[in-house]
Amino acid sequence: MTRIDRIAEPWGTRTPYGSGGEWPVRVDTHLAEGVTPEDVDRWVQTASLLHSNGDAMDIAVKDNKIVGVRGRASDRVNHGRLGPKDLYGWQANASPDRLTKPLIREGGKLVETDWDTAMKRVVDRSKALLAEQGPSAIGFYTTGQLFAEEYYTLGTVAHGGIGTNHVDGNTRLCTATAAEALKESFGCDGQPGSYTDVDHADVIALYGHNVAETQTVLWTRMLDRLAGPNPPKIICVDPRMTPVAKAATVHLAPRPGTNVALMNGILHEIIANGWVDQEYIQAHTVGYAELEKEVKNYPPALAAEICGVPAEQISEAASIIGHAERLLSTVLQGFYQSNQATAAAVQVNNVNIIRGMLGKPGCGILQMNGQPTAENTRECGADGDLAAFRNWSNDAHIKDLARVWNIDPMSIPHYSPPTHVMQMMRYAEDGSIRMLWVSGTNPAVSLPELARVRSILEQERLFLVVQDIFLSETAQLADVVLPAATWGEKTGTFTNVDRTVHLSEKAVDPPGEARPDLDIFIDYAHRMGLQDKDGQPLIKWHDPESAFEAWKECSRGRPCDYTGITYEKLRGGSGIQWPCNDENPDGTERIYAGGKFWAHPEYCETYGRDLITGAPVDPSEYKALNPEGKAIIKAAEYVPPHELPSRDFPLQLITGRTLYQFHTRTKTGRAPELQAAAPDVWVELSADDAGAYGIAEGDLAEVETPRGSVRAKVRISGIRTGVLFLPFHYGYWDTDGGHQPDGAGRAANELTITDWDAASKQPIFKTAAARITRVSGGDGPSPAPTTTASAPAGDFPEEARTKGIASALADEATGTAGGAR
Amino acid sequence: MKFGLVLEEMHRSENDLAHHLLTISERHKVDHEIYHLARDLARWSQQHVRDIAAIAGNYGQDLDPEPRGEAGLMETLREKGSEMVGRRPETGMLLLRDLRELYLKACGVSADWELLAQAAQGMKDKDLLALAEKCHPQTIRQMKWANGKLKESATQVLVS
Repeated sequence: MTRIDRIAEPWGTRTPYGSGGEWPVRVDTHLAEGVTPEDVDRWVQTASLLHSNGDAMDIAVKDNKIVGVRGRASDRVNHGRLGPKDLYGWQANASPDRLTKPLIREGGKLVETDWDTAMKRVVDRSKALLAEQGPSAIGFYTTGQLFAEEYYTLGTVAHGGIGTNHVDGNTRLCTATAAEALKESFGCDGQPGSYTDVDHADVIALYGHNVAETQTVLWTRMLDRLAGPNPPKIICVDPRMTPVAKAATVHLAPRPGTNVALMNGILHEIIANGWVDQEYIQAHTVGYAELEKEVKNYPPALAAEICGVPAEQISEAASIIGHAERLLSTVLQGFYQSNQATAAAVQVNNVNIIRGMLGKPGCGILQMNGQPTAENTRECGADGDLAAFRNWSNDAHIKDLARVWNIDPMSIPHYSPPTHVMQMMRYAEDGSIRMLWVSGTNPAVSLPELARVRSILEQERLFLVVQDIFLSETAQLADVVLPAATWGEKTGTFTNVDRTVHLSEKAVDPPGEARPDLDIFIDYAHRMGLQDKDGQPLIKWHDPESAFEAWKECSRGRPCDYTGITYEKLRGGSGIQWPCNDENPDGTERIYAGGKFWAHPEYCETYGRDLITGAPVDPSEYKALNPEGKAIIKAAEYVPPHELPSRDFPLQLITGRTLYQFHTRTKTGRAPELQAAAPDVWVELSADDAGAYGIAEGDLAEVETPRGSVRAKVRISGIRTGVLFLPFHYGYWDTDGGHQPDGAGRAANELTITDWDAASKQPIFKTAAARITRVSGGDGPSPAPTTTASAPAGDFPEEARTKGIASALADEATGTAGGAR
Repeated sequence: MKFGLVLEEMHRSENDLAHHLLTISERHKVDHEIYHLARDLARWSQQHVRDIAAIAGNYGQDLDPEPRGEAGLMETLREKGSEMVGRRPETGMLLLRDLRELYLKACGVSADWELLAQAAQGMKDKDLLALAEKCHPQTIRQMKWANGKLKESATQVLVS
């Protein structure tokens, strides 16, 4: 057992292993000051809720309070390890400013009330709107941080009970493109790869995926491979000098918004050099000829010119990928939140498809998620898609879902694609959505172009319900605020990036009158009198386990089949990967083995969309193209971003995360070790740009776009010249402004453009034209962490390096008994 | 030969389609997907105009290679107007009308490409056939986009 500062050492101590070996166990623990493991009354099983990796852990409980966490050694995902956000973030649960009573707006102010009064307001307004306008007046906007049972209930209430098409999650901002890219290439959502592919891969290519900060434990696994015998080669595509870029064999730092050109350049080389598996292409795919034709137009020299990277680097990266024997490709926000998001992510799928590298150890694709339960938002129907990957344009699927819910198929809105959140905001703006119920997310900070978002949410004519654990910026604008329980205070399941399902058990009671989200949704359904066609209650479950059983039935026979999983089976050992059913009682490590896909026209989740226009593909067209349900190779031409640099705004702004904070910091900003590590907003620019604009490290600068401005202290980092970076975590709840700027802007989304990918509808946070000016000199380095992609480019005083406060010391235990596969 | 007239009509209808896309874009600036996509898709038609003009000389036609002009003062006014009325429900009806017209125009252009392709085959003109094979699929994508947006927008506009 060793003590280690996990703020200064975010990935902890190396435990090297070789190709095909077992990743050694390392158990990470952090307990409150003065508490020893012997003091703990009980350990309660759960998994991480502050990122998408799904690291299994136990909550330490003493005197009915959460006093710490410990990684679960037996779990397949993390083999005992935890990331900094897990080690320290649990403290936010006990924050004194948790919401403990419902609030309603009276005379312009939010005042405390009881549940009956608050729910009556919500129900009365819902009923009045349904009578006056119908379901088109009501929208639901949820999150990627509730549990599967809760999403399934919400989806059933919204789609089957209220009958509205306006349902989405904030997964639209983080993982919509992952889902869409998988649907386009494989006809269905579902992660092809498994984390164990890291154990086998000889090349790992990370596209816009700063895994070191977004999924620290997955990066730890990669670091341990890199430290062991026969390490994999790393290809990194990122305009910032991330920890991944530093470890890469080839680092490509393209101009923001040019990912499709880059991918087409790489594919050009792979195809021109014949590094493809013709047999696999013939047997298991459709559309290859189109790809060949398209990428012919992108020789490396041309791609290099568009992307602003050396042509030799494109060729070198393509050669490494082309010679890989076991290729793992991963993708995240650098692609998903950028120009041509889906088209670019699909080209990554194409690389693995044409090389025949799917469904075998080390050969996988990880289209990543940003949030812990995003996969459940997608599969349970809370992102607007229909439950269990049913196809909204396949009448047989609608009929089948209506059978499960025992309602008339006409009651399920399926006349057009679901309304994504950016469109919902537009409908709220034009006054046709008149009630918006936001659960577990904070659009007043996280959506693009905040001045516009605030002006929409502030409207008198919009009835805004916010269900949250803190009085977020969005909650401050609400008409009704419902206090919710969170992780550790309620029970449910959730599923990570690689389809691993974990059980998260209740450890302590929620504070005050706060209630589990599941209870709130069920209460609403009953108060609304939502019924099936026999006059029985639509929601027939009453607690997490009965909700899970209902969800299992809904998933039966679908790709995300949960029927073989029970709460009992999830207790104790390791998480389980779906599909888990009679044929696969222990779950399924890799899908798509042997070139078998879920793309058959009668079975697939979608017929896809045009990658450029976003227009849905007609069912008959899909059937003609892909009658046997093979993998679909879709090509795309490069289309420039809608907002390009100009004389007034000569730079490009990208936004993103830091390792130490999550989303709008509702939890991480209330954990002292994490908040101290990244206390305030900063802006990154290159040394060249700093010289050109006469700006020094630590100076206060103003960043402007046509939509607004933000003031931040400058970090001169290894970012590409011509590009600015702002972290998006910093809003206004801990400032005098409350929900909006009081003076200078702080939230990155004051600056971002209202524009989204036509296929996935994911907003484009990473291609705004911007300028920067120096405001005043600083009194020291900027508050940006030095351990991560925001590390300084040049020399830096030792005392200014990111280190933990005294309570940041955590325990590491290596050499304990084996982890599960 | 009547073929020159087909080219002239093709040139006119692609110009008209590009212009209509740009007009829709400006008029519905507050509907951001319409605004951005209509501009992207107008570029396809503008390129078709150039391509048609380039080949027209072979058939004795002198057609302007420059697509009709882009945003001037009127367009900027339309954008401002869009922002001002964007919070009123009538804009939805206007959007449906514009998308319907766009769909019909794109269908017309698609039919024109059919005619041109048939003629190209009759004349065994490979360059002309290649042009039709390059451009016509884009016209169909414009058509499907208009149809898709129409379908997607209709319910909310008509039933709320």
